[in-house]
Amino acid sequence: MDFSTDAQASVIAILPEILMAALAVVVLAFDLLWRRAQRHDIGYVAGFGLLGIAAIVFLVGIPPQSGELSDQLVLGGMVRHDDMAQIFRVMVLLAGGIGALITMGIPRLRARGDFYAILIVSIIGASLASAAADLIMVFLALETLSITLYMLAGYLRDDDASAEAGLKYFLFGAFASAMTLYGLSLVYGLTGKTNIYELGRLVATNGLNEPPVIIALGLVMVGFAFKISAVPFHFWTPDVYEGAPTSITAVLSTASKAAGIGLLLRFLLAVFPPAELLGAAEAVADYSGLWVQLVVVLSVVSMTLGNLLALVQTNIKRLLAYSTIAHAGYVLMGVAAISTDKSGDGAAAVAFYMFMYVLSNMLAFAVVILFTRATGSEQIRDLAGFSRRSPWLGLAMTLALLSLAGIPPAAGFVGKFLLFRAAVDAGLVWLALVAVANVIVGLYYYLIIVKVMYMEDSPSEEPVPVDLPFKWALAISAAGVLLFGTILVTPLLDWATDAAHALYVLL
Amino acid sequence: MVPLWMYLVVAAALFSTGLFGVLARRNAIAILMSIELMLNAVNINLVAFWRYNTPLDLSGQAFAVFVFVVAAAEVAVGLALIISIYRKRQSVIAEDVNMLKW
Repeated sequence: MDFSTDAQASVIAILPEILMAALAVVVLAFDLLWRRAQRHDIGYVAGFGLLGIAAIVFLVGIPPQSGELSDQLVLGGMVRHDDMAQIFRVMVLLAGGIGALITMGIPRLRARGDFYAILIVSIIGASLASAAADLIMVFLALETLSITLYMLAGYLRDDDASAEAGLKYFLFGAFASAMTLYGLSLVYGLTGKTNIYELGRLVATNGLNEPPVIIALGLVMVGFAFKISAVPFHFWTPDVYEGAPTSITAVLSTASKAAGIGLLLRFLLAVFPPAELLGAAEAVADYSGLWVQLVVVLSVVSMTLGNLLALVQTNIKRLLAYSTIAHAGYVLMGVAAISTDKSGDGAAAVAFYMFMYVLSNMLAFAVVILFTRATGSEQIRDLAGFSRRSPWLGLAMTLALLSLAGIPPAAGFVGKFLLFRAAVDAGLVWLALVAVANVIVGLYYYLIIVKVMYMEDSPSEEPVPVDLPFKWALAISAAGVLLFGTILVTPLLDWATDAAHALYVLL
Repeated sequence: MVPLWMYLVVAAALFSTGLFGVLARRNAIAILMSIELMLNAVNINLVAFWRYNTPLDLSGQAFAVFVFVVAAAEVAVGLALIISIYRKRQSVIAEDVNMLKW
């Protein structure tokens, strides 16, 4: 297979990573050079830096328009610069930028330049993961993302819960990545290639023994399931989400998950392709049915267990943790659809859903940080009367919860609709029905929070203070959730569909 | 020459030992060591596959080098996290670290 050697295309393909590496150094330099009072503003550099890079990726980081695989695979096949990479990169950069801005609401972290620098590095990992086209790059990107997040989750060393969250995340994460890595080594051994497009063709045409391929697929799926916190690899999620600094919980539930999903889409289609995509004549082995079954099982148990356990939660961060497990289930439904439905609707639905999910979750967590700072509590019952204390914040939280629950006009409705349609088109009608039942369960616990905020009386009538970084973070994510649910549905969906088509170009 | 499958058996045995260790040990340091065993199994796999299947294409060896670089970084972060827990609670037993519960 030929790789593009065009220097300009290569630089543009990794432009976001280059800019982020520079930004991390700039943030560290400011941390050293600025006086203590100035350092309170260091989060603006990181946050607006990442949001600026997101804008640059959106405007400049346009992939080679020929759509040919050989033009899009750059740097020796390490990275594939296609529309899918672009949309997921914008997503994780938005998540990282908003995450840096809402970190400024945590007093002990606000002036810590090193914290922001590590956060930027983890976004580099997330961004690379969505473009990785080589086993080595897949592994490096996932580890860059994970190792930095272990550090960030345990960053508040004098806080028991944070240290514990860091250790738990680390032990589970390192274990899952070792399993994945063993799977990757088997995939490499079976084909002798590390580029996922080259080895995908060999997996299909080489007449390999079935058991080793199945074992390799299963082991690799462990790591992906861990990253997107799908049941049964979700044990870490509630504990880590509760214990980690809230802004990191937000990044974990958005950037880390989006990167995992983006990588999963590309990896499954490229390494275990459906036979038709390679041209019927040459393909002899089709493992796509196998991973579709695997993903369907993960999807059903994740959404069911996530939603049922969310019902009994009293801590808002834990509730959102179980809700992300349920959302992993919904998204996996779209992933299961990509193999049978070649129109690209499934992958487009996944990309659209992740985009809106990132914004909705960021919005919810931004409000949670403000609420925790004002009341010192993370309990749902202490949200009582929140809408009277701060009508706008109450409205923002309601919007986020409606989006997560899938009620119009929030963007979550469109995302869920697209996922259901993709599942039905792919012949997974029963799966869509299970998901509908789950959405109804989900409505209950999301609306309970809205009820507590609007109907119950608060002991205090004092408004919750909202400072400048939060105004930005709330405005960006709320505008996204509203606009992508109403007038901007079509442009985003067109973009996601282009991205989905790129995913199916395997030759 | 030793056939390829022997290397793979050693690697699989090492991986299984590590897997057992992660699931059975209670000491966080021991769990970390077991994870290292699993990563070493991966490296044996990668180098053996490289040597026997594609000795002219160095990607397998490059992969192995990246694996142990990343493993070193992972251990550094892991030990730091374990030490921060130890200073607070005078214990590295994973089951004692259970303030967060559902």
